[in-house]
Amino acid sequence: MVYLWAILVFVGVLAGLSLLLTLAERLLLNYGICAIDVNGGEKTFDVEGGQTLLTALTGAEIFIPSACGGRGSCGFCKVTVLSGGGRILPTETSYVTRKEARAGVRLACQVKVREDMEVRIPEELLNVKMFAATVASTVSLTYDMKEIRMALSEPAEISQRPGQYVQIQAPSPEGAVFRAYSIASPTYDDRAVELVVRLIPGGVASTYLHGVAEGEAMLFTGPYGEFRLNEEPDTEIICVGGGAGMAPMKNIIYSIYDRWPERSCWLFFGCRTTKDIFYLDEFRALAAKHPSFHVVYALSDPLEPDEPWDGETGFIHLSVDKCLDPGVKRQAFLCGPPPMIDAVIRVLEAKGLREQDIFYDKF
Amino acid sequence: MNETSAWVILIAAIFTNNILLSNFLGMCSFLACSKQIPTALGLGAAVIFVMTGTVALNYWIYHSLLVPLEIEHLQFIVFIAVIAAFVQFVEMFIERFSPPLYYALGIFLPLITVNCAILGASLFMVIRKYTFAQSMGFGFGAGVGWALAIVLIAGLQRKMLYSNVPWPFRGVAITMIITGVMAMAFMGFAGMVTIQ
Repeated sequence: MVYLWAILVFVGVLAGLSLLLTLAERLLLNYGICAIDVNGGEKTFDVEGGQTLLTALTGAEIFIPSACGGRGSCGFCKVTVLSGGGRILPTETSYVTRKEARAGVRLACQVKVREDMEVRIPEELLNVKMFAATVASTVSLTYDMKEIRMALSEPAEISQRPGQYVQIQAPSPEGAVFRAYSIASPTYDDRAVELVVRLIPGGVASTYLHGVAEGEAMLFTGPYGEFRLNEEPDTEIICVGGGAGMAPMKNIIYSIYDRWPERSCWLFFGCRTTKDIFYLDEFRALAAKHPSFHVVYALSDPLEPDEPWDGETGFIHLSVDKCLDPGVKRQAFLCGPPPMIDAVIRVLEAKGLREQDIFYDKF
Repeated sequence: MNETSAWVILIAAIFTNNILLSNFLGMCSFLACSKQIPTALGLGAAVIFVMTGTVALNYWIYHSLLVPLEIEHLQFIVFIAVIAAFVQFVEMFIERFSPPLYYALGIFLPLITVNCAILGASLFMVIRKYTFAQSMGFGFGAGVGWALAIVLIAGLQRKMLYSNVPWPFRGVAITMIITGVMAMAFMGFAGMVTIQ
């Protein structure tokens, strides 16, 4: 008998508590319909209260970049809230500076919609669209790198600048998540988007992307990113990449030689061993066509005995230091692991590049 | 039956039988959130509130449900479920009715669902056979005692920013040491009142 009572009481207590919580959620967290005003009347829409601002904006087809998927750990989804957001939360203060906080900058994934709100979003983000695409091809570049080409179906064309990125929607046990990947295909290739994906063990999106098959449907939003290529043809472009940091470089280089066949450009690419090398033949063929394009691949690990290699060895910043003459007008774009970026920035500044001409993406 | 007045139990729970310094309960959130005084105050306030509330609820459930049916052995699992649900409910409640308080306590509330001091207070209430009034005094006092300890440690940590701590002791190690020293200092209150 006591067992029966024990089970009954325990189940009863749990059921009672869940009922109470469900009721409380219904009654307490019902904020009704709230109106959201974007950029002073440019776009207004009504949403159900209680959700986060990020979800509400995504629902209204305004795609704010968010690499962490709404956990408040990337700080990408900054928007300016003019009214109705409440006070800034402790979870936001590590990404929003005091100056920004005074101007009303908030993380959209942390702000809950509880009342009518007025928000300001950079014009550029209003042009971001959701694209439906199918996988056109997947190529294994190395043992852990894959090139994935997606043919766009709806909308059929993308207008992107070199250096921009898209956010791929990947399924995960907690629902769909978005992860940022740079666009590897050049600007003129406007009916497709190519990605270069390194497989990260346990990574949600990279595991998904390494598993997609040709013909599979995919969704992504984009393009995002503030980088603007210098439009003066006499400015030399320096690209320094490591690992999956190749993707934006490929886009930049092919876009440049489509528009300015004579423009001077350097590509430095750092790998560990010969097993990590990819795209080298393609870039050497491009360099044969355009003599002003220089390709430098450097291996940081020692070569195996009698392994053939005709490129550089050592860390990539040493190759940058060796190959570039100081005092030339340049713009640099770096993409790779943080220690590599820091070392390259030091070298480039010693070569006379100004801080505002060095763009980088650490990951 | 224990005859001690609820007020005496309250004072004793703060000073002589401080749940953190004499029982070392609730150490995990204590170590994690004792770097800054405002954070410590926020967490301390949340603990006081949740401890008082859950002790009252658990008293009622224990004495009107578990004891009459002779299933006291379920106390652990039932107390935990009640604490978790209570914290969720309180979070929703203050989110709706007091946004400023929600912003102040918001992130601390879920943190203390798993705080062993909260469960400890409910279990002490059972072990020491408190009446309802005594339980309330104990729940509130234990919460205040915990808050007092974490705020004091946060103050000490702030002072220690400028002191030269030998490097093997930096971080959690020195926090444990000063907690121990403070526990010994609190033993000075020992003769004042005793509860058991």
